[in-house]
Amino acid sequence: MKFRGKIMDPNCIHHFSNVVNTISKLVKTCIMRITEDKVFFILSERVNDGGAQIWCELPQVTIMSGGREMFIILSERVNDGGAQIWCELPQVTTMSESTMAVPRFGVSFHRVNDGGAQIWCELPQSHFFDEFAMEGVSAESNEIYLEVAPDLLVRSLRTAHSAKWVKVKLTKKNFPCLTIEVDLPSGSVHQRLVIHDIPVSVVARKHWPDFTEPEMPRFDVSIAMPQMRLLKNVVDKMKNLSNYVSLSANNSGEMKVSVETDMASISTHFQNLFNPSWNKDNTQTQAPMSQDRDPQEFATSRVDIRRFAQFLNSQQVNPDRVICNVVHHRMLHFFLLHDDVSLQYFLPVVSR
Amino acid sequence: MLSTQRSDDDDQYMLVACLDNVRNVSTILKAIHFKDTATVFASPMGLKITVEDAKCVQANAFIQEAIFHHYVIKEEQLAFKINLTVLLECLTIFGSSSMPSGNTSLKMCYAGYGCPLILMLEEEGVLTDCNIKTLEPDDVLDFDFCSSNVINKIIMKSECLKEVFSELDVTSDILQILMSPDHPYLQFSTFGNAGSTHSSFPKDSEMVESFQCSQTQTNRYKISLLKPSVKALALSTRISIRTDDRGFLSLQYMIQTEDGQICFVEYYCSPDEEVDHNEES
Repeated sequence: MKFRGKIMDPNCIHHFSNVVNTISKLVKTCIMRITEDKVFFILSERVNDGGAQIWCELPQVTIMSGGREMFIILSERVNDGGAQIWCELPQVTTMSESTMAVPRFGVSFHRVNDGGAQIWCELPQSHFFDEFAMEGVSAESNEIYLEVAPDLLVRSLRTAHSAKWVKVKLTKKNFPCLTIEVDLPSGSVHQRLVIHDIPVSVVARKHWPDFTEPEMPRFDVSIAMPQMRLLKNVVDKMKNLSNYVSLSANNSGEMKVSVETDMASISTHFQNLFNPSWNKDNTQTQAPMSQDRDPQEFATSRVDIRRFAQFLNSQQVNPDRVICNVVHHRMLHFFLLHDDVSLQYFLPVVSR
Repeated sequence: MLSTQRSDDDDQYMLVACLDNVRNVSTILKAIHFKDTATVFASPMGLKITVEDAKCVQANAFIQEAIFHHYVIKEEQLAFKINLTVLLECLTIFGSSSMPSGNTSLKMCYAGYGCPLILMLEEEGVLTDCNIKTLEPDDVLDFDFCSSNVINKIIMKSECLKEVFSELDVTSDILQILMSPDHPYLQFSTFGNAGSTHSSFPKDSEMVESFQCSQTQTNRYKISLLKPSVKALALSTRISIRTDDRGFLSLQYMIQTEDGQICFVEYYCSPDEEVDHNEES
């Protein structure tokens, strides 16, 4: 098994650490899956410690103009509070306000008893790796699966903000390591190199099927989220009162966030929001928007409020636009756009 | 749905109070928030919110009718108990920090006995409806503290007392307050594991605005009961300390709202055992 990749563009290094940072706030460990043309971050915690699952996909090299992408998906399958992240940095930001291309990879949503959420992150590959080389377990299964703590990745990338380049490679130093080499500007002719060895464990091939791609949901309502600051305040306050929050939205630009407790019922109404329309011909796996829906009719999902608040607070960037897709009584699907970065978050409903 | 809630006829409510800046009310309520439940008394004069603990300490916040820009009450007195923690979370739902972006306006409605307290908050076009259940009002303590029985009274700026109260030795069970026409005039003492502390204020201190002490009085109060009053002290500009002939303590805090209006919060506390009690040892 061999793997090495090199990132040279400062913006890519910055983006890369932002993405890893966001993920580290959501899960403790994840699986790094390296294939010929992509790198993924998948999976993480075991079920009993609130198991989460990440999926991150980094397309490898620059030569080809299309199709190099990086995804980070995180998903948890747990009895409660499983989360899955999907963050996407499309290579070209061609998404117009009204027509947004549904990501062409399928995202499957893990069924959990209650509370499992999903995140998916995708970065434009072409920027990401200037050099990329890998050799898998064998010729027919040319992939590598490593278990790694995103928190350690964050720490090793902390010095990378001013780096000339960052190298990521798989090494063997008594035990398998992911070595991060950061070349810092030195002012003299000598090289200033910071090397971090992050211990990883190699995942056996029989466990690979655990880390398959999630599927895109069929949602009932798609709506642009209101100002994050206000929403974050509201949800943080509601968190003190209840464990669950209901998010409802309709196709007339209205959104409602509400909690209900023994003592009080509170609902916050947002109006004049934007309902984006989605292309429906993107993949064979999904047909997103339900047709002929009464624009006034609310679709509602009740989710774990701590997961929701954690998601709102984990954002390292203030996104330009956040889209929320509601699958009635099934799940919430958030889609964040910031410059060329996007992040998706899947939050399943909690049964009563 | 939103529009119907907004156009609800106010006639059905016994109490309707509107306010442009909800923080004027929420800061005052935070000053007495040391227990989960509070009793609210509404009268044409305004609102009085009472919080009690251990049948020994009582805090009252007065929000006079002038604080509200619209205040209508149909009865002489309305009373209900409410979960103060929930109420405060609702009032500060858009965030409690003073953001330059804008104020949260509040409309508060109460339809009478057995009905929930309805709050409608608005900030930047975003609406929040809260429906908080009200509870059967309890009888509140009557400390029978009348000004004719007051023996010692000091009005001073809060500033210097903030330090005294924030640095109280919490290993001491009690806070001893001495008020006297002679030296040391006003003294706060604690008796903790590491020793005792005494903070004295001369009567001609710049901080003291009015000093009316007729006889030397030394009373002890449980620190655990007085500690919550720090919240009110921190917000206040002036404080009045009074004791009556039974040693009961009254602390009145003058609090200035963001809009420059004056509100009052008062704490009553009953004294601990006699200083020279035989059993004490």
